[in-house]
Amino acid sequence: MSIEIRGLTHTYNPGTPLARTAIKDINLTIEDGETLAIIGHTGSGKSTLVQHLNGLLKPTSGTIKVDGVDINQKGVDLRSIRWKVGLVFQYPEHQLFEETVWDDVAFGPRNMGLSDEEVRSRVERALAAVDIDMALAERSPFELSGGEKRRVAIAGVLAMEPSVLVLDEPTAGLDPRGRQDMLGQIQRLQAERHLTVVFVSHNMAEVATLADRLVVMERGEIVMEGPPKTIFAQGDKLGAIGLGVPEMTALMAKLREKGWDVPDSVLTVEEAEEAIMAVLRREARVGTGGDL
Amino acid sequence: MMGNKESFIVVDKVSFSYTGEPGAKEETALDQVSLTIEAGEFVAIVGHNGSGKSTLAKHLNGLLLPTGGDVWVAGMNTKDEHHRWDIRQIVGMVFQNPDNQIVAATVEEDVAFGPENLGLPTELIRSRVDEALAVVGMSEYAEAPPHSLSGGQKQRVAIAGVIAMRPRCLVLDEPTAMLDPVGRREVMETISRLNEEEGITVVLITHFMDEAVKAHRVLVMDEGRIVREGQPAAVFQEIDLLRELRLDVPPVIELASRLRAKSLALPEAILTVDEMVTALCQLRSGV
Repeated sequence: MSIEIRGLTHTYNPGTPLARTAIKDINLTIEDGETLAIIGHTGSGKSTLVQHLNGLLKPTSGTIKVDGVDINQKGVDLRSIRWKVGLVFQYPEHQLFEETVWDDVAFGPRNMGLSDEEVRSRVERALAAVDIDMALAERSPFELSGGEKRRVAIAGVLAMEPSVLVLDEPTAGLDPRGRQDMLGQIQRLQAERHLTVVFVSHNMAEVATLADRLVVMERGEIVMEGPPKTIFAQGDKLGAIGLGVPEMTALMAKLREKGWDVPDSVLTVEEAEEAIMAVLRREARVGTGGDL
Repeated sequence: MMGNKESFIVVDKVSFSYTGEPGAKEETALDQVSLTIEAGEFVAIVGHNGSGKSTLAKHLNGLLLPTGGDVWVAGMNTKDEHHRWDIRQIVGMVFQNPDNQIVAATVEEDVAFGPENLGLPTELIRSRVDEALAVVGMSEYAEAPPHSLSGGQKQRVAIAGVIAMRPRCLVLDEPTAMLDPVGRREVMETISRLNEEEGITVVLITHFMDEAVKAHRVLVMDEGRIVREGQPAAVFQEIDLLRELRLDVPPVIELASRLRAKSLALPEAILTVDEMVTALCQLRSGV
C-alpha cells in the first residue's frame, strides 16, 4: 500500500499568537513494501509528519492519499484508515491501560467488530510477532519490563493487521538488548508480512542498517532524500544541520582527509574493514601470506 | 582495598532484595557487590535493565539501604541515620527524565530549590545558583521557564540543581536516555567538564557504550553482580563477553579487533574514531 503526500503543511494553533508552522509543503511518496526512515532534530517536524499518515492530524493544507484515497476527504471513514496505517507513538507503553496483556492487545480488533475467534487468532499472531510469550498474556502489562511493555503496545497496533506500520522512535530509551530485539522484529515483520514500515529515529547506525530510504527533515521541510549510502556520503551537509553519520562513515571521511583512498559510502564495520585492507594491500604494507 | 574506609566510597559485600507485597517473591537485585570509588574518579556502569545498576546507584547516597553489607561514603555508613543528610549532600543524584526533576517556574528558582532548603543566606544562594548555571553553560537561561527548554537543556538544569548543593560526587542514572543526539552531547560535555575541571567524582550509568568509553573505569553488571571491571580499553576488548551479555560492541573496537585478526599491528587502546585514524596512519607510513 503506498502513501502519497502532496503539498502538506501543518500549522499548530493557527490564527493565534502561538501559531507555529511545524511542516511546510511536504511532498513524499512512500512506496509499497519499503522501509523508510525519517531523521532530523527534535522540533524538525518528524512527529508532526507521521501523525498525518493515519489522519490523526489534519493538514492545514495539502493532501495525503492512502492507496489512492484522500484520507481527509468528506465521507472517508478514518477508522478504516487507522486499520490500514498503524501508528505507534513515542513511548507507547505509557498508553497501556487494560488489566491484562491480552485485553490490551485485543482492544483494537474488538473495536473492529471482529468475531471472538478472529480476535483471538489476531492477538496470538500479534504477540508472537513481537516475541511475547503467551504465558504473559494474562499478566498485567504493568508487571512487564520496559522493553516488553513497548512490544505489547506495538502488538496492540499489529493486531489490527495494518499494511503500513509507522513507528515514532521505536527504540528510544530501551537498553541495548531491548533495542536489538525491537530492530530484529521490525525487520522480520517487514519481510514476512510485506509491511510498509515508516520509522522516526535519532540513531544513525540503526537507520543505516534498517532503512531502504532516508528522509532528512530540517525546520519543517524535507532537505535530503535517498538511500542511506547516498545520504551518509554527504556528511558535511548533514553536519551543517547538526546531524551525524554512522561511526564507520565518519572514520572513512577522516581517513580520506589523511589521503586514504577509501569510499564515502561505507556504513558497516565489515565494509570499513574491507576498504582499509584494500588500501593497505595495494601498497603492500601487509604481507601477502595468510588469509589476506 | 575492599573495605578500606579511607576510600571515598566503599561498597562492601552489599546485597539488596526488593520485597514486593506480602507473599510476593523476593527479587535479589544486588548479590554481594563490592566496589571502591576514589575521589575524582569517573566510573561508568553498564549492563541491562534489571542487571542491578540503578539499585547500586541508589545505594551510593543512601536512597536505598543494603539488606546485607555496608556502604561507606567519606567514612560514614549510609545506615547511620545521623549522617543521612550529610551523605545526600556529598553524593547528588540525577535521573533519566528531566521533566520529573524540575519543580519551579523559572530555571534559577529551580536551581535555588536545594540551597534554599539548606537554609543558606540569600546572597550565598544567589552565588551558588549563578555558579551552578555557569558550570553547566545555562546562565543565559536563568530566567527562562523550564518547559521552554530542550531536553538536553532541562537535564543540564537538573544537574545544576544538584551542583548547587556542592556535592563531591555526582551519580547519574541514564541521564541521556531520553535525549536526542544534540542533547546527549551537551550533557556528556557537561559531565566531563565537571569531572575534569571541578574535580567532581562521577558515577555514570548508561546504555551507550560511546559514553562509557569516556570514563576512567567501567563496571559491567549482570544479574546483580559486577562481572567485569577495568579501564575501558581493557573491558571493551572483551567483545565475546559483550556479545554474550548482548551489550553493544562499539564499532571502532569491533573494527580494531577484525583488523588485528588480519594481522595488522594495531595498539590495544583504540576506543575512538580519532585514535583509529592515528593508528592506521602510523601503520601506513611505517612508523
